[in-house]
Amino acid sequence: MGIKSDTSFSLRKIINDKHVRGVVLQAMMLLLVALGLYWLVDNTLVNLDNQGKSLGFNFLQTTAGFQISQTFGTWLFDYEVGKSTYWEVYFIGIANTFLVAILGIIAATVIGFTMGIMRLSNNIVFKSFATTYIEILRNVPLLLQLFFWYFAVLRAMPGKREKFEIIPGVAGLNITGLYLPAPQPQGGFDLVLIAIALSALLVFGVRHYAGKRQDKTGEILPVFWLGVGIMVVIPGLVFLSLGSPLFWELPEFKETGSMLRRGYQPGLGMLIVPEMLAVWLALSLYTAAFIAEIVRGGILAVSKGQTEASYALGIRPNYTLRLVIIPQAMRVIIPPLTSQYLNITKNSSLAVAIAYPELVSVFAGTALNQVGKEIEMIFMMMMVYLTFSLVTAAFMNWYNSKVKLIER
Amino acid sequence: MIKRTILSAAVGIAMFATGANAATTLEAVKAKGFIQCGVSQGLPGFSNADDSGNWTGLDVEMCRAVAAAVFGDGSKVKFSPLSAKQRFTALSSGEVDILSRNTTWTMTRDTQLGLNFAGVNYYDGQGMMVPTALGVKSATELDGANICTNTGTTTELNITDYFRSNNMSFNLIAFEKADEVVAAYDAGRCDVYTTDRSGLAAQRGKLTNPDAHVVLPEIISKEPLGPVVRQGDDQWFNIVRWTLNALINAEEMGITQANAKARLKGTENPAIKRLLGGEGKFGEELGLSNDWALNAITAVGNYGESYERNVGPNTPLKLDRGVNALWSNGGILYAAPIR
Repeated sequence: MGIKSDTSFSLRKIINDKHVRGVVLQAMMLLLVALGLYWLVDNTLVNLDNQGKSLGFNFLQTTAGFQISQTFGTWLFDYEVGKSTYWEVYFIGIANTFLVAILGIIAATVIGFTMGIMRLSNNIVFKSFATTYIEILRNVPLLLQLFFWYFAVLRAMPGKREKFEIIPGVAGLNITGLYLPAPQPQGGFDLVLIAIALSALLVFGVRHYAGKRQDKTGEILPVFWLGVGIMVVIPGLVFLSLGSPLFWELPEFKETGSMLRRGYQPGLGMLIVPEMLAVWLALSLYTAAFIAEIVRGGILAVSKGQTEASYALGIRPNYTLRLVIIPQAMRVIIPPLTSQYLNITKNSSLAVAIAYPELVSVFAGTALNQVGKEIEMIFMMMMVYLTFSLVTAAFMNWYNSKVKLIER
Repeated sequence: MIKRTILSAAVGIAMFATGANAATTLEAVKAKGFIQCGVSQGLPGFSNADDSGNWTGLDVEMCRAVAAAVFGDGSKVKFSPLSAKQRFTALSSGEVDILSRNTTWTMTRDTQLGLNFAGVNYYDGQGMMVPTALGVKSATELDGANICTNTGTTTELNITDYFRSNNMSFNLIAFEKADEVVAAYDAGRCDVYTTDRSGLAAQRGKLTNPDAHVVLPEIISKEPLGPVVRQGDDQWFNIVRWTLNALINAEEMGITQANAKARLKGTENPAIKRLLGGEGKFGEELGLSNDWALNAITAVGNYGESYERNVGPNTPLKLDRGVNALWSNGGILYAAPIR
């Protein structure tokens, strides 16, 4: 071609060359982004310097001089005022955030699937209950629900010096929280844990064997009951033969003494604070409404012909749901479900409003106010949410690739 | 040609960058025509917005006085309600020009947060409130108590120090905002509500039965509250500091909102003339007009008037002057002279 044989250099030729133009434009874009970033960082450093501040993470080694509400995190890291450092405060925040996120994910999934399936039910009571639930909970802002549950829970509870006993002497609750027996492992309890792990492995083995057997002979083994049996009998025998190496510390309630000392005694038994209960309740119920809609959408996406074909083969309705509909619906459900799981983690930061000591509350609240390292501390917090979200997403993607349609 | 485009883009960005932190606070404030003032999210008597969005309170009037000193008009100020947690970031990022939000002057804040405290407009101290039914007479009987407070303040540190030094155990429940603290305390979640005594006086009215609660006699901390500015702008710092000094000096000299203009004309007293701009160029040295203090006093009155109007014995807060009286009246308010 004429153009190709022309070897003389010309600007117009370069501008008209699609490839060269593309590369140049992209390089310019990259340069602009780099300059923009440089400007941001430089401006921040200059401004910090003007204010007499510096960047650095040395503050993490300083001891923190404030009390933190007694929760899972303070128990896990053995928080002690005047001894624990800001680094520990950070991990206490993370622990409390994770606890409520994981509990929230579990509860929201259970409630969400139940509501989603109920909404598709032919029973008018189930159906309208689920519809009402979904429409109310997903349309009220989460922060308001958080306040509602917290203050509703508080107002409904008996006072600090009274109690409502769930199991007399063992478990009870009042406005300061839910008191349960606390397990105290004694020497040799790790053997029981090992026994539990081995039994779990055994159950997997049995399941695998049962599947193969069914493929070969068509006989169905009662895998579920076998599994339950294994999980109960083996660890149970180990537990008993070691002389029951687990002690349950019971909560203690005093009705005499000074007014302040009456009520449940601090440090005895396991305490679940009302802030934690309210956050958990609000997060689970709110997110469950969205999950219910995702589940309903997923099930409706499976063509009705599948159900009819399954019935035609004589498969019972609950087996049809479990073995035919849900596995296919899962392919549609998993991706949006992942987003909801990520939302739970991120929304847990709203708990700061009702004094649940999660990451935003203790680290970006109390600790930040004492040391004033905004950039470092907000960055550390963003990393936590990012990491947790990415791990959740990675797990869900892995699960998705397992259940998705395998094309042959 | 392409090269030139990149070059000019780079130059443009570089100019933009250098322009980002040039102007002084006074220049920036004059250019936008108002002062952005950081206040609380609602603390009656100190900074509180009514139904139609008008802000009133001792801290609010501090900002109005500065606005009057700068613009000759006390209404040229906009208010940003800030949580205890947001306040320092809002100030250091330049979102507000003055932080007048019942903020305690401490060494850490002064030296580590890149801020300067321009003075003290209220001497406060942290106190504790308990339900009368608890039968507690002194804070030393509070071993084992559940205590409610809000995050992002020095109160968490003070209460922890107090309980540690008295060898008492306690549990601290820290909310983000004062409204939730009051609601939780009212519901009985905690035995004790702790914050500055001025705050206890202000929040008490929100309880279901204000008379069923008692403020304990112990004052467990020194809380000098005052306006805060960014570090590194001495001119702005001086304007805020001397506006506060002018209000306190005005009370000492008996200059009030009503008589300020008349006093300027009718006096031969050099101290009054210097304060109100009749003598010397004190305003110009601050970068303002010479009647700066006159404007501030005409806008909000002297310190005493502002106090009586917002937090004094005739307001719902019913706070006596106490240590906040002038030094000549047995208090500790003592402003440096203008000369």
